Amino acid sequence: MNQLTNSFRNQPDERGHFGDYGGRFVAETLMPLILELEREYRAAQADPAFTAEFDGLLEHYVGRPSPLYFAERLTQSLGGAQVWFKRDELNHTGAHKINNCIGQILLAIRMGKTRIIAETGAGQHGVATATVCARFGLPCVIYMGATDVARQQPNVFRMKLLGAEVVPVTSGRGTLKDAMNEGLRDWVANVHDTFYIIGTAAGPHPYPEMVRDFQSVIGREARAQMLDRIGRLPDLLVAAIGGGSNALGLFHPFLDDPDIKMLGVEAAGRGLHGEEHAASLLGGSPGILHGNRTYLLQDADGQITEGHSISAGLDYPGIGPEHAWLKDTGRVEYTAVTDQEALEAFQLLCRTEGIIPALEPSHAIYAVAQRAKAMPKDSVILANLCGRGDKDIFTVAEALGVEM
Amino acid sequence: MTRLSSAFAKPHPALVTFITAGDGDTAANLDALVEGGADVIELGMPFTDPMADGKAIQEANIRSLGAGTTTAEVLRIAAAFRARHPQVPLVLMGYANPMVRRGAEWFAAECAKAGVDGVICVDIPPEEDDALGPALRAHGIAPIRLATPTTDRARLPQVLAGSQGFLYYVSVAGITGSQQATKQSIADAVKRLKDTTNLPVAVGFGVRTAQQAAGIAQVADGVVVGSALVELVGQHGDSAPEHLRRLTQGLAQAVHSAQRVPA
Ligand SMILES: Cc1ncc(COP(=O)(O)O)c(C=O)c1O
Repeated sequence: MNQLTNSFRNQPDERGHFGDYGGRFVAETLMPLILELEREYRAAQADPAFTAEFDGLLEHYVGRPSPLYFAERLTQSLGGAQVWFKRDELNHTGAHKINNCIGQILLAIRMGKTRIIAETGAGQHGVATATVCARFGLPCVIYMGATDVARQQPNVFRMKLLGAEVVPVTSGRGTLKDAMNEGLRDWVANVHDTFYIIGTAAGPHPYPEMVRDFQSVIGREARAQMLDRIGRLPDLLVAAIGGGSNALGLFHPFLDDPDIKMLGVEAAGRGLHGEEHAASLLGGSPGILHGNRTYLLQDADGQITEGHSISAGLDYPGIGPEHAWLKDTGRVEYTAVTDQEALEAFQLLCRTEGIIPALEPSHAIYAVAQRAKAMPKDSVILANLCGRGDKDIFTVAEALGVEM
Repeated sequence: MTRLSSAFAKPHPALVTFITAGDGDTAANLDALVEGGADVIELGMPFTDPMADGKAIQEANIRSLGAGTTTAEVLRIAAAFRARHPQVPLVLMGYANPMVRRGAEWFAAECAKAGVDGVICVDIPPEEDDALGPALRAHGIAPIRLATPTTDRARLPQVLAGSQGFLYYVSVAGITGSQQATKQSIADAVKRLKDTTNLPVAVGFGVRTAQQAAGIAQVADGVVVGSALVELVGQHGDSAPEHLRRLTQGLAQAVHSAQRVPA
């Protein structure tokens, strides 16, 4: 009993609240649908056939389990803790996003929905959604901020190849939050036949819980793989945070291991002192947006301010509500890494390990490098390599002043 | 009787008009709505992320925020309106975050001071009522809830619990500025709502013309017009008041002279 009440793993409550955060702050039109989604999700969780289909697709379509990899040369070059990577960048479509999309499209089909919509920032979630839509033969509309459309061209073309309609969103600064607004507008108008596949552990209940659960395959596998490979669990887990889904996927299965520390890495953009960052936890304050109460980048009047990150996937002024709660409880530590530092780590991994990471996990890699140096050689860091960098080579070239 | 209940106790259905605060000369625009015959005023609080709004109101939000509108300014506009029009009910409509930013208690107290009669918060459903509802009710501000075509019979009592002022029936599943629903579906929905509540029922979303408004006024207690007015503000800037007055007059005439069709 004591065990249970002290658990960090039994959130949210029945109203979808993680402490003060989360909830269901949506227009009345969406409320009945969200309640139905929750009922259907509970039924699916209890249905062995659903789990079997999910697991089967993850194994044979996504390519799970993803490898657990000891980064030997990186470890040597840092001269401290052993660095291990969970290689979710080797998944089909090149990021962790597909884990969640498989789960949600199976739910959509179960609910009899015939049309899929999604928002995307970096385009990884858009590509993953377009992929599962092609796989299951459902029409797909992806909302993407116009700024992101410009900086993530390879992914825009991928989505189109996969048969999705990509709608550029010009409101606001044309990034992820604006795409999410447009996704919600579409959904309100098409509740009868449309399923909204949200790409991160945010939005109204039950999305944060559901996305976390689908992504938790990362941490469950990593746990078993660690025990299998070195007979012990890691000392520190590190992951990049946009909305927080890859981080929760890694962290959640370890939350009740008190000796394991966890570090979430936000995007500090051009620095936390100014306004050009996307660090909602470190540089924001609690408020209500996109269906949940969480930390937001906002002004004194509650107007949402536009973040900035070189990484389109981290460029969001909010964060999943479970992270807000994990921050306040102190269970997870949060830090932030600048554009420049992420670029450094990006190149470091390319050269030491022969792995081109996405700019999102490059933020985590920078933090890993900092921490590893300060930890003893027999300690173990496990970081989530949640995406590969093919999509980012143009952005990186531009930042490095290379013309392609 | 409150200002809101008086407005719905008139011998004719009520015309409810919406414009966004801080978009153009709001005081002059509001006066034009009252002179045109509006019975209830909804004043939109601008928000950076109006995710339940269509193009017209989105653009009004951008114009207003672009002009530097703050929450303090919205409250000043409301208080000045109350001073000029002691009897006309005024409702603030907007999104949760600007309303709760300084705490629900602060917001409710400021609304009461400014003479606001009710608040419509688009993204606080009854499930999250404690984020704002108790503070509003404690200060005598009516929390006005929305019912929609997706609000089923089982859910309706929950929507009505704690609702005050009037019930706003959103006639289409969609964003503001959408196509209008059919008259029959509106009539059926209003009957269903009125079977369960004594609150007046006002119907909005997609109402643009006097003819549409007249049709709805035959079956509902009030008709809400927003996007069509907001578009006039966007098109005409400083000369918007005369255009608002003209459209409101036409709408008011249609709504006020509608013959009730017993459901
Ligand atoms: C590779 C990659 N990592 C991380 C993220 C950030 O999302 P989350 O924090 O939900 O994992 C994204 C988002 O697009 C991404 O593409």
